Amino acid sequence: MVKKELFFWITISCGIVILAFILLPLIEMLTAPSFSMLKETLKDKDVMRSIWLSIYTAGLAALISFVFGTPLAYLLARTNFTGKKLVESIIDLPIVIPHPVVGIAILSVAGKNHWIGQLFAELGIRIMGSVTGIVTVLTFVGLPFYINAVKNGFESISPRLENVSRSLGASMFSTFFRITFPLAWRSMFIGIIMCSARAISEFGAVVIVAYHPMIAPVMLYERFEAYGLKYSQPVAVWLVSICLALFLILRILTLRDRKAT
Amino acid sequence: MIRVEDVNIHLGVFTLRNINLAIDENEFFVLMGPTGAGKTVLLEAIAGLIPCKSGNIHIQDRNVTKMPPEKRGVSIVYQDYALFPHLTVRENVEYGLHFHNIDRGKAGRRFNRMVEILDLGHLLTRLPVNLSGGENQRVALARALMVNPRVLLLDEPLSALDPGFREEIRYRLKSLHKNSDVTFLMVTHDFADALSLADRAAVMNDGIIEQIGSMSDIFQRPNSTFVADFVGMKNLFGVDFQDTTAYIDELQIELGRTPDNSHGYIAIRPEDIVLSKEKLASSMLNSFTGTINGVIDQGLFYEIEIRLNNVIFRSLITKRSLFEMGISEGMDITFSFKSTAIHYF
Repeated sequence: MVKKELFFWITISCGIVILAFILLPLIEMLTAPSFSMLKETLKDKDVMRSIWLSIYTAGLAALISFVFGTPLAYLLARTNFTGKKLVESIIDLPIVIPHPVVGIAILSVAGKNHWIGQLFAELGIRIMGSVTGIVTVLTFVGLPFYINAVKNGFESISPRLENVSRSLGASMFSTFFRITFPLAWRSMFIGIIMCSARAISEFGAVVIVAYHPMIAPVMLYERFEAYGLKYSQPVAVWLVSICLALFLILRILTLRDRKAT
Repeated sequence: MIRVEDVNIHLGVFTLRNINLAIDENEFFVLMGPTGAGKTVLLEAIAGLIPCKSGNIHIQDRNVTKMPPEKRGVSIVYQDYALFPHLTVRENVEYGLHFHNIDRGKAGRRFNRMVEILDLGHLLTRLPVNLSGGENQRVALARALMVNPRVLLLDEPLSALDPGFREEIRYRLKSLHKNSDVTFLMVTHDFADALSLADRAAVMNDGIIEQIGSMSDIFQRPNSTFVADFVGMKNLFGVDFQDTTAYIDELQIELGRTPDNSHGYIAIRPEDIVLSKEKLASSMLNSFTGTINGVIDQGLFYEIEIRLNNVIFRSLITKRSLFEMGISEGMDITFSFKSTAIHYF
């Protein structure tokens, strides 16, 4: 057998260090709370409400991204126009802006000193400290993840399939729904997962726009501040477990769907 | 049938300039040219998939220039088949029926006919990913013809196929064309495909059409150095004409007829240049002795380069003649060609 070189052992060691770095804290956190504490937290209405709110607002953010982001992703994947790079950079902006800045930026438009804020106030829409506000923030931070995933998905579908469909008599709409959509469905699903995962983890921007109603990360932070590590851990365990379970169910459902078609 | 008039297309840095083309009803027309000449762009413009900057495209006396692709009655078959990967063979073939008002019985009969002609019976429930290249291309052809198009556009339909399948699809294309009233317009960069299938052809290069004509015209009477080179006239020389003689510098070539111009080109196919060890006692007016400059193995044939006064002639001979004549680099050899084998322009 050929003797493994030093280089090989360096790559392996680095890999092990990184895996440990990621897994150790997570495992420690997940196994720290006792079973009775977990059970007790499950009965805590505030905790469950905040987790539900997190999932529900993140899901809404993903849904909004799906509805408005899909056409834009298609446009970016299929056309070339001057300023396309600029549009793409603008879409990526929410990824690089520090989270509290996002919250402040949204409030500056939605506040009483801005005409949009005044318009919203007249319409009875409240951003500050409301579910609407939370969804707005989560959509803002989640959109780029959805659009980029779906854009890649559209790009991987040969435009020739659409060309053939058109030449066989299908309109652009029929072509999109019969050919492009079924083939891009998987990337849309991945986009939805990426977007809602990003949204569920948002803290910095939400805490500025809406401390109340309390989403799970804010609740975690409050428990940690008020009672310490021990009392925030069970909330974290439930948040992670429920999210994982939901993604798993979604995944299974769509996989089954794909086999059927 | 198809009339392309003064069409200009700008596609990023690529442009098609002043394209004029007239294709007859039920003709098998071929667009030839090297990669990047703009053949596929012209094809997609006729299909309505690429907009024209100026000019008009008519199909059956209808101006379709501004018409969307689904209204043109034009089907397209691509080199990479472009079958819908999420649909079975049957669903692929029947796809176009969703958008055409075709009576059920009639559609069924047409489907059965397509399945029979293209031998798809055993494939109907399969997905494209499980088919061979030739099978894929047969499905693509059936799908394109199911909607009874007036024009079938074929974008290098044979290029991606293995030699065996290639032969088969070529044969099927020929019989499909013979047994239908559809006009076929095929893009290819392969001269052999064009020769075996086409009635007429156009040669494109760098965004323009160089020559349009019957296959034999293009093959034997190219009108530019590009086309001459493209059709394999490897002996291409700039010459001065004087009466019936062409001068390559000092070298005199006898044409047997008088050209109209005083400068121009002569072109000779390499297979028309005959090699011999001694001077042939024949009717060939042009017979020279030169030195063998190179022997290039081309598989079935050998290309022999012969140098005479710094002019290189190329001849094509079989492996057998190569050994019989004991040809090797540096030896002297006689090469001859008939004046009728010389094309001048």
